[in-house]
Amino acid sequence: MAHPSDRKYSNDHEWVLVDGDTATVGISHFAQDQLGEVVYVDLPSEGDSVNAGETFGEIESVKSVSELYAPLTGEIIAVNDSLGDTPEVVNSDPHAAGWMIKVRMDDPSEYDGLMTAEEYDDFVTAG
Amino acid sequence: MRYIPVTCEQREAMLRAVGVERVEELFADVPEKALLNRPLELPAGMSEIDLARHLKSLSGANIPASWIVNFAGAGVYDHHVPSVVDHVLRKPEFFTAYTPYQPEVSQGTLQAIFEYQSMICALTGMDVANASMYDGATAFVEAALMACRVTKRQKVLVAGSVHPEWIEVMYTYAEAGHVDVEVIDFDGGRLDPTQVADAMDASVAAVLVASPNFVGVLEDLDALGKIAHGEGALFVVAANPIMLGIMEPPSTFGADIVVGEGQPLGNAMSFGGPGLGFFACRQKNVRQMPGRLVGQTVDADGQKAYVLTLSTREQHIRREKATSNICSNHALNALAAGAYLAAVGSVGLSEIARACVAKARYLRDRLIETGKFAAPWEDPFGYEFALTYKGDADEMHARMFERGFFAGIILSVEDEHDMILFAVTEKRTREEMDAFAEEVAAL
Amino acid sequence: MSEQLANTPSGAPLRGPRESIFDLGSPESSCVLGPALDVPEVDLSEALGGADRTESPQLPNVTELEIMRHYAHLAEMNFGVDSGFYPLGSCTMKYNPRINEDAARFDGFAGLHPYQPVDTVQGALELMVGLSESLAEISGLPGVTLQPAAGAHGELTALMCFRAAHTANGDPRKKVVIPDTAHGTNPASVKMCGYETVTIPSGDDGLVDLDALKAVLDEDVAAFMLTNPNTVGLFDPQILEITEAVHAVGAFAYCDGANLNAVLGVTRPGDQGFDALHINLHKTFSTPHGGGGPGAGPVCVTAPLAQFLPGPIPFRQSNGTFGLNTPEGSIGRVRSFYGNFGVLVRAYAYVRALGPDGLAEVAHQAVLSANYLKEKLKGSFDLPYDRVCMHEFVLSGGRQKREHGVRTLDMAKRLLDYGFHPPTVYFPLLVDEALMIEPTETEPIAALDAFADALIAIAEESSADPDLVKGAPYTTPVRRLDEARAAREPVLRWTPPA
Repeated sequence: MAHPSDRKYSNDHEWVLVDGDTATVGISHFAQDQLGEVVYVDLPSEGDSVNAGETFGEIESVKSVSELYAPLTGEIIAVNDSLGDTPEVVNSDPHAAGWMIKVRMDDPSEYDGLMTAEEYDDFVTAG
Repeated sequence: MRYIPVTCEQREAMLRAVGVERVEELFADVPEKALLNRPLELPAGMSEIDLARHLKSLSGANIPASWIVNFAGAGVYDHHVPSVVDHVLRKPEFFTAYTPYQPEVSQGTLQAIFEYQSMICALTGMDVANASMYDGATAFVEAALMACRVTKRQKVLVAGSVHPEWIEVMYTYAEAGHVDVEVIDFDGGRLDPTQVADAMDASVAAVLVASPNFVGVLEDLDALGKIAHGEGALFVVAANPIMLGIMEPPSTFGADIVVGEGQPLGNAMSFGGPGLGFFACRQKNVRQMPGRLVGQTVDADGQKAYVLTLSTREQHIRREKATSNICSNHALNALAAGAYLAAVGSVGLSEIARACVAKARYLRDRLIETGKFAAPWEDPFGYEFALTYKGDADEMHARMFERGFFAGIILSVEDEHDMILFAVTEKRTREEMDAFAEEVAAL
Repeated sequence: MSEQLANTPSGAPLRGPRESIFDLGSPESSCVLGPALDVPEVDLSEALGGADRTESPQLPNVTELEIMRHYAHLAEMNFGVDSGFYPLGSCTMKYNPRINEDAARFDGFAGLHPYQPVDTVQGALELMVGLSESLAEISGLPGVTLQPAAGAHGELTALMCFRAAHTANGDPRKKVVIPDTAHGTNPASVKMCGYETVTIPSGDDGLVDLDALKAVLDEDVAAFMLTNPNTVGLFDPQILEITEAVHAVGAFAYCDGANLNAVLGVTRPGDQGFDALHINLHKTFSTPHGGGGPGAGPVCVTAPLAQFLPGPIPFRQSNGTFGLNTPEGSIGRVRSFYGNFGVLVRAYAYVRALGPDGLAEVAHQAVLSANYLKEKLKGSFDLPYDRVCMHEFVLSGGRQKREHGVRTLDMAKRLLDYGFHPPTVYFPLLVDEALMIEPTETEPIAALDAFADALIAIAEESSADPDLVKGAPYTTPVRRLDEARAAREPVLRWTPPA
């Protein structure tokens, strides 16, 4: 699966899709593949604020735990609660139904600093 | 050499295969200064026949409480262990196995633990029970630590009526970690809920109580649970598993975590260890639970099977962020508890508990009738109770031991009266209790 | 497939899954009931202040025969040391002598109540003192507590003693340093003791990088924890420099004794400069693992640290009798009573059976057997640390993964078809596709040879028929499990059919 070019990516393997001042965040296809079968996603609550580079949650496979790092700063305005019952969607549809949070961005310029799909592909191939 | 099957000839061949002449060469990485270079100063090895004689002589130097008329409890109880239990424990496929990390060849351990978890849930009314903790005391402390994680608070209120050793363990852990412990004193047989309410505020992570408590009395769980929940704290109840055969499960009173010492369930007294810490909680808090969990799933052929699950909580995966450092637990004691509960069933457990309760009341009445004992309170109790003794309790205790009676546990000296804690299990007979009362009266 | 299966040396296939004990019997079935009541019946509601049960708990209702058949069937689905070779690295799955089992069940031990008068438990205290003295001599560390229930509990106990000692010096300090090869219990215990973990990377040789260690050592460091021999099976030749560097900043050196089996009677942690050590009696001292426990994790410390140990501690009095005593500066109890006494009995019996010569022989043979097996296997697998090992060694399945897409997990599962328990896999984390193999001294050479042959055959299968290995196991009571389902939709207890 390719990494869609309608969005940008962070070093920590999150994708960001921007619509106005709202950024939707999830993890990349590459990241879900590395994790293996996702069994649990621990997400923050609506109204919490997140800071770029800091953790906003955790994602678990059967035998590993990884932290989720916020690619942007802002207020969380929506959380994908359906992942509570169906965490496997992060594996099957990481770039759409597997989204995690929507953030109202404090500083849209942070988005500019992220990688394009092409840059991200190079980043993960370089390992 | 004992337990080493390699012959001299085979050893020579192994050395050659490895490419050394002497086995000492394999220890070349040990710095000269750190080598022992002498035999350990220990007694020489023994043949099995000599060892058996030696061990018999050590065990013979003890007078086991199980051989005499035993009224001692205080955390370890002299219940009957059904014969089937040890026959299950002696199966080497169970006791010589490691932790069931390879589920394909560990279904025996896994299913037995799953069934144990289910039985603990049935007794406590909780949704989830873990595969075991070391003992009641450490399970109790882990419950406090879990409550701190769940509530993101760091103060706990502990009933002063809990076993004093458990409170001591709580302080030991609290001293090292980041938990503030406040112990609520108790006057008389049990906690005064208003005293707990007075100590309560929104910084409290949990209220922890035992019922029956250390002196055998049942606490007012209904009132205490409401006080805990009133400030958003968890309610932790330590229970006696035999009593849960006839008592309302702590879930009825809003308990969020139920723990206890599982030794009464088919485990020998064994000088206080190994016992069994049982630990159960509500489903919503399972991710903050310490210890291993067995879950049900299916295998590649779709057959029902069991596996260790939710392991990301544990130290081998989450390391310093784990819910506990526990790795080895008391799985074999949990196996014993499972076999015990299967053997007695709900009817047997209820009969055993009723017998304990009835006999405890009989002994209490008989002792008070002697005129040498008095009841310090009249609160409801299980099968353990405290009486004050009018006289020198130490002397009475020693003299009764000589006569084949373990006259309970001497608790404290209050004014001129010593308080003694008696436990009466289903093993005690009316004849024994009558004899005890008569002999004490005659002292 | 059937041809392949016929080639495996495992015996009759184990029996398949068993119905739940809750599904057996009938509501009228029972096995052990209470005694005939010889005292007046009581009104439960009155006796319990109204807290009597309204609904009886849902426990199995089965007969005695049903219980024995149930557990017989479950046992047949299990693999223990008695079932076959169990080379689980870091776990020391040695033979569990049967006299130890018998002794722990003697009435004079199993029937003791912990609060019996001290003069009625002299044999038990003598045994505990004898074991403590033996462990002190074996470790080179004179202060001993037998109280901790397990290795991790011992780690925590020792860290608490360090904290108490530092606090007595005016500053509890903040950090504990561990190498990246440490068991997960180490950082978890550090956290429980209120310290922060500082992890240092190992060198390319799998040993402590002394410079990396020195770089993080400062006056805020309370202790350095090291497993020695370490978790890749190597004895750290710089051990004296390591403990010296730790002491130079006033910190304590802690030895995780999980691998003590390799060095019994050869070198002592106390002589290596360690201040404290926990010993897993269920590894080195032959007590059974019990399907996960109970074990015991006694802690041995230097003389100055002994004052902080948890009490009560059994001791020998000047008149030759035995008593219990709590040290002056004790951290307090870490559990109820005195320790996992039943486990201590077994370990004591083991020490007395072997004596000084036997214990040294254990280390010699454990190390020789591991090196022998390593030599046999190193042609077929990558060997990340090609040097003399201690009682265990680590192979990598990297070659099989790269060349054939067969992972270490697949080879481990295939070993089950050959009738062997797999080694520890994927630990330590710094070795890709790790297989950590610990044969122990109690295995005959024929078992080592047969295991090596099986693993070599599996390496060959990995290239000739990778799918065969990836689909393993085939002969076990159940096949590979859906672990994701278990975690996503947790079913953690039996519930009656709807």
